[in-house]
Amino acid sequence: MGGEKSMDPGRGADGRIGGPGQGAAPPNPATNPATAPERSAGQAPSGHEPGTSHGPGTPQLSLRHAAKTFGAVHAVADASIDLYGGEVHGLVGENGAGKSTLVKILAGVHRPDSGELLVGNVPTVLHSPAAAQDAGIAVIYQEPTLFPDLTAAENIFMGRQPLRRGRRIDARQMREQARDLFERLGVRLDPGRICRGLSIADQQIIEIAKALSLEAKIIVMDEPTAALSAAEVNRLFDVARTLRASGAAVLFISHRLEEVFEICQRVTVMRDGRQVLSRELAGLTADDLVRAMVGRKLDERVAGGRAAPGEMVLKVERLTREGVFTDISFDVRAGEIVALSGLVGSGRSEVARAIFGIDGYDAGSVTVRSRPLRKSSPTSAMAAGVGFVPEDRRQQGLVMDMSVQQNMALASLGRLRHAGLISGKSERDFAADWALKLRIKLGRLTDPVSQLSGGNQQKVVLAKWLGRNPSLLIVDEPTRGIDIATKAEVHRLLSELAGNGVAILMISSELPEVLRVGDRILVMREGRLVGEYARSDASEEKIMSAATGQLQEQAQ
Amino acid sequence: MSDARTLAPPREPSDAPAEAGSRRLTERVFRVRETGIIVVLGLFVLVTAVIQPRFVSSSNIQFILVNTAVYALVALGETMVIITRNVDLSVQSVLALSAYLSAGLFGHVHGIPIPVVFAVGLGIGLAFGAANGLMVSLGRVPSLVVTLATLYIIQGIDILVVGGNEVVASSLPAGFVDIPNVTIFGIPWLAIAVAAVIGAGAYYLRSFRSGRELYAIGSNPDGARLAGVPVARRVFTAFTLCGGIAGVGGVLWAAQYQTINTSAGGTNFSLIVIASVVVGGVAIFGGSGSAVGAAIGALLLGTINVALDVLGISDFWDQAIAGFLLLLAITLDRGISVRLAAALRKRSARDAT
Amino acid sequence: MQPDRDTSLAATVDAPPGWRSRFDSRNMLRWETGLAVVVIAIGILGVSTSSEFLTGNNIFNLGLQSGEIAIMALPMTLIIISGEIDLSVASIMGMSSAELGYLWGKHWPMLVIFLVILLVGVLAGAINGLLITRLGLPSLAVTIGTLGLYRGVANIILGPNTISNFPASYANIGVTGVFNSNVSFSAAVFIVLAVIFGVVLHFTPAGRSIYAMGASPEAAMFAGIRVKRIKTLLYIASGVICSLAGVLLTFRLSTSVNSNGLGLELDVVAVVLLGGVSIFGGKGTIVGVVLGVLAFAGIQNALLLTNFNQEAASIPVGGLLLISVFVPNLATLTGRIRSVIARRGKAAPSAIGTAHD
Repeated sequence: MGGEKSMDPGRGADGRIGGPGQGAAPPNPATNPATAPERSAGQAPSGHEPGTSHGPGTPQLSLRHAAKTFGAVHAVADASIDLYGGEVHGLVGENGAGKSTLVKILAGVHRPDSGELLVGNVPTVLHSPAAAQDAGIAVIYQEPTLFPDLTAAENIFMGRQPLRRGRRIDARQMREQARDLFERLGVRLDPGRICRGLSIADQQIIEIAKALSLEAKIIVMDEPTAALSAAEVNRLFDVARTLRASGAAVLFISHRLEEVFEICQRVTVMRDGRQVLSRELAGLTADDLVRAMVGRKLDERVAGGRAAPGEMVLKVERLTREGVFTDISFDVRAGEIVALSGLVGSGRSEVARAIFGIDGYDAGSVTVRSRPLRKSSPTSAMAAGVGFVPEDRRQQGLVMDMSVQQNMALASLGRLRHAGLISGKSERDFAADWALKLRIKLGRLTDPVSQLSGGNQQKVVLAKWLGRNPSLLIVDEPTRGIDIATKAEVHRLLSELAGNGVAILMISSELPEVLRVGDRILVMREGRLVGEYARSDASEEKIMSAATGQLQEQAQ
Repeated sequence: MSDARTLAPPREPSDAPAEAGSRRLTERVFRVRETGIIVVLGLFVLVTAVIQPRFVSSSNIQFILVNTAVYALVALGETMVIITRNVDLSVQSVLALSAYLSAGLFGHVHGIPIPVVFAVGLGIGLAFGAANGLMVSLGRVPSLVVTLATLYIIQGIDILVVGGNEVVASSLPAGFVDIPNVTIFGIPWLAIAVAAVIGAGAYYLRSFRSGRELYAIGSNPDGARLAGVPVARRVFTAFTLCGGIAGVGGVLWAAQYQTINTSAGGTNFSLIVIASVVVGGVAIFGGSGSAVGAAIGALLLGTINVALDVLGISDFWDQAIAGFLLLLAITLDRGISVRLAAALRKRSARDAT
Repeated sequence: MQPDRDTSLAATVDAPPGWRSRFDSRNMLRWETGLAVVVIAIGILGVSTSSEFLTGNNIFNLGLQSGEIAIMALPMTLIIISGEIDLSVASIMGMSSAELGYLWGKHWPMLVIFLVILLVGVLAGAINGLLITRLGLPSLAVTIGTLGLYRGVANIILGPNTISNFPASYANIGVTGVFNSNVSFSAAVFIVLAVIFGVVLHFTPAGRSIYAMGASPEAAMFAGIRVKRIKTLLYIASGVICSLAGVLLTFRLSTSVNSNGLGLELDVVAVVLLGGVSIFGGKGTIVGVVLGVLAFAGIQNALLLTNFNQEAASIPVGGLLLISVFVPNLATLTGRIRSVIARRGKAAPSAIGTAHD
C-alpha cells in the first residue's frame, strides 16, 4: 500500500529548474528544439500527443503557493500548479515529494495552511470532499472504493438515480445513462455488472464515469496505473484522451515516466514539497525529469568501514508468486545491508512478506542460515531468527490500542515468561531497557503507543524485533513518515546492527536512504529484479532509471 | 547518442473478450444464489411429497403458510436492518409486548375495531424501533449491544405489564381470531397479506433511492457517507420500520395463538428470524440480499418443521436441520466468493501478460 | 489484489471511526470502578428492602441461580476480547445435559459419561473454531447455526424424555454448598475458573495475544501470533466449559430435559458486556466480568426477595448495558447531536484518513 508519507524536509532545494513557461532545462542535444514542439498526428512513436492543448489562457484550476504541515513534518512547502482544460498534466516526484498531499488538498480532504486555490479563476475554499465535488473536482484514487455489492450503474448514480413516475428509480434509464457514459469514455463495461471482484482498472473507469456524470471539469488521477496491466493502461489512456477532448483538465500522477511522456502535454515536478519545474513536456527528456526529481547534492554516505560481510544468512531462490513477483533470487550476508528499491507496486513488500511467511508463494525457496523456511509460517521464520518491521506501522507494526511496553513485548512473549506466566514487571523491564537503548521519547511505558510520535513509534517496532536478537532483520520503509533527526538515528542503528553481524534487508522508496545505508542495492520493477548495484557504483539516477524502466545510459 | 526518451515496449491492443468472461461468471454466480434457495425449497417439498403425498394437501399447505407468515413478515424488517450492516435483536420482545397489549385491548375496549388494534401494534413497534434507531444512528454505538439491551428492557416491561395475567382466546372477537383461517381460493388470506407486504418491502428496497441507499450503507459505510448518503437518517428509518413490522407481527401472533402471556414469540425468536434471513441469502455483513430471499428462508425453515412431522421423523430433528442449513448456506456463500475472487484474479493476471 | 473480507465480529458490527482509537486505560478502570459501585449499591438496596439479602442461605441461592451463566461467561469473555462471539454456548450446555440424561438412562457409569461429555464438548468447540478460522466464516452467523445444530442434537438424543433419577451424591449440589458452606458448588467452580481464566488472560503470553488479535488482527499476525490456533483453542475451551455447565445445571435441577439452558446465550453475552468487555474486541478484564456477574445475579436476587417480579430484572440489566456503551462515547454523542441540530455542511469525514502520524 503505497502512498508518499515519507519526507525529508531537511534538504534544501537546489533552486528551481525552470519555472512555468520557461524551457530552462538544458535540452538534450539530440532532440531538435525547432521541430520537437511540432505536433503532427501519428508521428513519433514515443508520441507527444497531437493535441488541442489550450496552452496559456485561464487555467481551470490554479493552486498557488500552497503549504501544509502535519505536526513537525512539512508535507508541502510551496506547491503551485495550473491545470488547463483539454490537457493532461503530469505530476511527478519521488515518494515524499508531496504529491499525495497535493492531491488531498485538491480533493478537499486537507485545507492548506497557506496559499490559495482558484477554480475557474474564482478563489475557492474547499471545506470538504463534498465541496470539492461541487467545485467540479473529481479524484480517482489508486484503490477506488466502490460499493462492491451493487452494480456499476448504481455505483455511478447512488443517491442521484434517474427517477420515473412516483419517485421510483428508472433502472433502464440508469443503465442507459451508464452505458452512454461508458461509450463516451470509449470503454465496454456492462452497467449491470456487480462490482465485487472487478479489476482495479474497471473500478477506476467506473469512478471516472461517476466523475463525468457529476460534470467534473477537473479530474485528478492519483497513480492510476500502479496496479494496471499494459492493456488496461492503454484503455485508461484512451479514456484520458477522451476526457481531454471534452475540455476537462486531467491531472495525471505517475512514477512511470514513459507513461507521462505518452499521455501528457504539460508536466510539473515536485521535490521536497515544492514545485521545481512546471512547463510543457515538449523539449524535455526523461533524464531532465529524473534530474529534476532527484537533483541535489548527495549526502555523505554513512561511514563505511564495516567489516566484509560474513556468512550467508538469507538465500532466496527463484521465488515466484503468480501475478505478484517472478523469479526473485538474491542473498543477504551477515553484516550486510541489502537495500531493495523500486517503485511503489513493484512487488518489494510482497517479496518481504513471502519471505517472512505472512503471504505464501507459488514457487522457489527461502533459506535462512541453511535452514529452509516453511511457507506461510511466520513462526518458522521467527524461530529461524528473522524479524520483520512492516510497512504499515499503524495497522501492521503496532497494536495502537495497547501500551508501549506491551507492544514491545509482543514478539517476545515466550521468552519473557517464567513458569508460564508473564508479569507486568518483566514486560516493563524489557521495555525500559530497550527504550533506553533506542532513546525512545515517551511519557510512561504504560501509555498507549498511539500517543507517541511517528519516529518513536517506529523505534518501538524496532525494539520489538531487536529484543529477539534476530540474525536477519527485514525492514520495510524504515523511516516513512518520520522526522529528520529520528531518521538519522534509525540509519545509524541499522548500520550498527550490521556492524554486529546482523543481516539486514531494507526496502525503501527513498533514494537517499537507499544510497546512504545500503551496501548493495537491488532494484525491482513490476515483480522482477532488474538491477543490482554495489554501493560504490550506484547513483540515484541509475536506480531511478532502472526502477522506471528507462534503458540504461552511459554513466555520467 | 541514443534517444534518451526511451520507450516502453509497444503495448498490446485492448482486450475486451476476457472482461466479458468475468462478467458472465459473476452474474451467473449471483443469479445462482438467489434462485438457489428457491430450488432448495422446491426440492425439499418435492422429495417430501413423493414420500408422503399428504404433505402437499391443501390443508397442510395452508398450515405451513399460516405458521410461517409471522416469521416471514418480521424477516422483512430484520432484512432492512441487516442490509445496513446492523442487527436488531429486540424484535422478539417487541413482538411479545405488542401481542399482549394490542390483543389485550379487546378485553378493555369493547367493540374496538380490528384495524385500530393493528394500528396500536404498529405504533408500539414503531416507537421502540425508533428508540433503537436513534441510539444506533446518533450514538454511533454497536447495534448488537444496543438491541440486546432493548431486548432485555422491553422484555422486562412485558413481564411487568403482563404480570400474572394473560390474554385468553375468549376475550378476542371472532373476526380477529378468524384471521388465520380465512382463505381465498384455498390460500390463507394471512399469507396473501403478508406476501403483499413483503412484496411492497422488496419493491421499496429495489426501486427507491432510499432503499438502494440502505445497500450502499452496508456495502461500504464510508463510501456511502462520501457519496452524500444521509446514513444516520436511513439507519434510523430501517430500525423504525423493523420495529413497526415486529409490532404488526405481534398482533398477527395474537390472532394466531390467541393465548398470550410472556412467552409469546417463543425463545430464540430473534435468532430464528436472523437465521432465516441469512439462509435466504442476505449477507450478515450487509450490502446484499433480498427481502424475498429472506421470506423464502423463513418459509424453508417453517416447511422443514412440518415436513418432519409428516414424514414421521420426530420433529426434534427440526432444530438440527435448520442449524445445519444455516451453516451450509454461509459455507457455500463463502466458498463461492473465494473461488470467484481467485478466478477473477487469475483472469486478470492472464490478461496482464 | 483486494484483501480478504475481514470476518471478525468487529466487521459485522460497524465500528464508527474513532471508536477503537479511544483506548484509555483510565477509561477501563473507570468502568470497573463504576460497576463496583453499582454492585455495592445493589447490595445496599437488597439489604434495605429485605432482611434476608445477606443471609448465608441467600448467598447460596444466588450462587446457585447464576452459577452456570457465570461459568459460561468466562470463556465467552476471552472469545469476545479476541474479536469473535459464541452464541452456541447454551446449546452446548443443553447438549451435554441431554447426553448426561440419556447415557445415565442407559446405565453407563458416571465417570465414563463425564468423559464422553468432555469429548463431545471438545468436538463441538472444534467445529465452531474450524468453521470460523479455517473457512473464515463470520462467527456471529456460524454460532447462530451451531446454536440450532447443537440444540437439535440435544433434542434428538433425548427426545421428549425427562431423566431425573440422578444419584443423590451428585444431585446434592442443588441443595448444599461445598463443604456444607454457603458457597454453592457452581459458585465454587466459578471462583476457581475465574482465577484460572484471569491468570491466563492477564498474565500469560496467550492472554496478551488474545488482546492483540482482538485489537488489531493484522498486527497480531505480523508479530507472529498464531491467531487461528488460539481462536480455535478458545472455542474448544468454550465447548468444554459449557459442557461442564450443562452437567452442573442438570444435577442442580436434578433433571435432564432437552430444553435445559434454552435461551441463556444472550444472558451470557449480556453479563460479559456488562463487565465492560468491548464487543469490538481488544478490551476487557476478568475482574469486570466478575463484577458483571455479581451485578446481574444481584439484581435478580434482590428483586426475587422483594417479591417484585424477578424476571423484570432484565430492565436494569438492559439499562446497564446501554450505559456501558454510551458512557465511553458520551463526548462524541453530544457532539453529534449538536451537529445534527445545527445541520451545517458535512464535516470532512475521516474516511480518507490523515496523512501523517
